[in-house]
Amino acid sequence: MKKTLVMLFFATAFAVAQGYKVGDRVSNFTLKNVDGKMVSLSDYQTSKGVIVIFTCNTCPYAQAYEQRIIDLDKKFKSTGYPVVAINPNDPDRQPGDSFEAMVERAKKFGYSFPYVQDESQAVATAFGASRTPHVYLLERKGNVFEVAYIGAIDDNTENAAAAKNRFVESAIQALDSGKRPDVTSTKAIGCTIKWKKTS
Amino acid sequence: MRWIPILLVGSSLFAQTISIAKLPDVKRIYERANDTTYVINFWATWCSPCIEELPYFEEANQFFSTEKVRIVLVSVDFRSQFESKVKPFVIKRKMKTDVVLLDEADANNYIDAIDPSWSGAIPATLVVNNYRDLRIFKGEAFTKEELFRLIRSTIN
Repeated sequence: MKKTLVMLFFATAFAVAQGYKVGDRVSNFTLKNVDGKMVSLSDYQTSKGVIVIFTCNTCPYAQAYEQRIIDLDKKFKSTGYPVVAINPNDPDRQPGDSFEAMVERAKKFGYSFPYVQDESQAVATAFGASRTPHVYLLERKGNVFEVAYIGAIDDNTENAAAAKNRFVESAIQALDSGKRPDVTSTKAIGCTIKWKKTS
Repeated sequence: MRWIPILLVGSSLFAQTISIAKLPDVKRIYERANDTTYVINFWATWCSPCIEELPYFEEANQFFSTEKVRIVLVSVDFRSQFESKVKPFVIKRKMKTDVVLLDEADANNYIDAIDPSWSGAIPATLVVNNYRDLRIFKGEAFTKEELFRLIRSTIN
């Protein structure tokens, strides 16, 4: 019994430490969008990349970035980098992140991009996402996607206009001109993802 | 009877401070070369797991008040919400531990400056005793027992 517990502990610690790093290939995922249809990463075979953003309805930091997420999609969908927003929170722990609440929010704020629910949290786990919002900029290489940037949208959560570094925009511009992004990972304050209680 | 309110104000100021500080000033709190254990907890009024563990820090602040222990609760709330959210929160909960709002916008910069192993998720707590060359960072919530055990281990 004790051994099992110890192993469980390590299994958990290991799972937390896992996740994609810059340069890693991303496995395909298929999740339900707020319009009821399924969305897969493999649907984006003609785009240059995808801006995957783990976000949610309820976190004040996610809300602070909501308009910037909408703007990113407006600006970069047409140039080949659409946004896919993924809500990884367990609605049992955070009722405001239920699928119905997601549908409502996407409608209210006129999301022009998929807002999908990671119900099993397997996608957030595979990516190694830890907080909302948490961005993974993916670059398509043939029929696989590789992680080009992980982190924050910019360096000022409170005031978009005062941001000095717009990390995601700069990374996309670098990729578009055939270069590697200058900054490939950043840290940010955010709300911890509400993981399902395992017990 | 007119002197009573004045006395009350005086004692509450003595017991606790709520202030705003830049990163270097926050670091100066715990970078002193003495045998005090500094417990720096990073939290925000919007963070529910942080709010759950705040009472443990309050209790520890009381419990270790005669020891060389200094607990500071560093809020990462927005600067613009200091008056509207942070102060009312602290007053409503009658918090006795010192609260400092970290007035820095660039989290990517200050997170690593506080601890390179910090992902940016809160709650997070830094425990420092410079005299004993001790530095422990925990990027998740404490139970009350864990917190008390950790503080005790740094002062014995």
